Amino acid sequence: MIYLKLFWSFFQIGLFSIGGGYAAMPLIEHQVVELHSWLTMTQFADIMAIAEMTPGPIAINSATFTGIQVAGLVGALAATAGCVLPSCVIVMTLAWVYYRFRGLTIVQGILAGLRPAVVAMIASAGLSLMKLSFFGPQSPSGGGSGVDYVAVAIFAAGLLVLRKWKVSPIYVMGGAGLTGVLLYILL
Amino acid sequence: MKTKQERYRKLFLSTFQLSACTFGGGFVIIPLMRKKFVEELHWIEEQEMMDLTAIAQSSPGAIAVNASILVGYHVAGLPGALLTVLGTVLPPLIIISVISFFYAAFRDSAIVNMTMAGLLAGVAAVICDVVITMGKGILREKRLLPAAVLFLSFAAVRFFEINIIAVILVCGVIGAADTLLRERAGKEKL
Repeated sequence: MIYLKLFWSFFQIGLFSIGGGYAAMPLIEHQVVELHSWLTMTQFADIMAIAEMTPGPIAINSATFTGIQVAGLVGALAATAGCVLPSCVIVMTLAWVYYRFRGLTIVQGILAGLRPAVVAMIASAGLSLMKLSFFGPQSPSGGGSGVDYVAVAIFAAGLLVLRKWKVSPIYVMGGAGLTGVLLYILL
Repeated sequence: MKTKQERYRKLFLSTFQLSACTFGGGFVIIPLMRKKFVEELHWIEEQEMMDLTAIAQSSPGAIAVNASILVGYHVAGLPGALLTVLGTVLPPLIIISVISFFYAAFRDSAIVNMTMAGLLAGVAAVICDVVITMGKGILREKRLLPAAVLFLSFAAVRFFEINIIAVILVCGVIGAADTLLRERAGKEKL
């Protein structure tokens, strides 16, 4: 039953993506690409790029995208519901604990302990995306072998702009897409 | 009754609007919610909003979803929470559904292919930036344990292909134990 599988996979993603933002990314890659092969690595990279440029949390974006690719709109609804359900239960429970005992010391301790691990896992998933970008089969000028220098240049320029001037990622993404089209056509 | 319905409607529309305008997800939605529900509608007090934020951050899942559940529940109970979750989830659901529909048709076109290659390099840069910022924050603590957890869990996931959920569980236990021990040590000093 594909709907149940989608629901269960994204339930786990929702349950274990702790720390917000990109914390969900390595879990999504694990479930969707490695475990179930619902998306190829290239499709996974595409949804990460799309998620970066559209509103909404990465996990919800990925749930919808994966659900539709695998099992249509109903699949998207099943995956999204699975993704949100753990939040509903745990948030309510924590809110109760918080108002009852006026503190989340242990929870915050767990969170603090997790933070380095979350960074490590985001780094690992990011590295996979980087490898795909620089050497991957999908880059038009790379052709599957050798280094895609256009991608490396865009990456370097993007990182420089982000670190130095702290611009919003959305502008970096827009610029990267445009520069990509221009450079691949020109070169 | 009329005011209750009005309140439900406003809850849903507010979260729908906020979610539709929150790019990149995550933290951005918190200050926007504060502005809407604390400053404009006066449904939540300043201190209450800070408490809700702390809970939203401490829970697993997307912060935007967590925060909207709490706001909805706080303002109108369980129906409120359901409405705000729906309001938060619907915009990305609709937008990505539309994109997915076109994605299948356009992914083979050369221009889309080039754009996606450029975007991928951009995503890699954004994630690299996030990792540097977060990693720096952890190393700046100058404590051995977080640094060790950082490098060991990277090795575990990257080189030994250990299941991420297992890594998360183990590191969560380490974090809890560390907090308990440090708390106890702090109390003994007093």
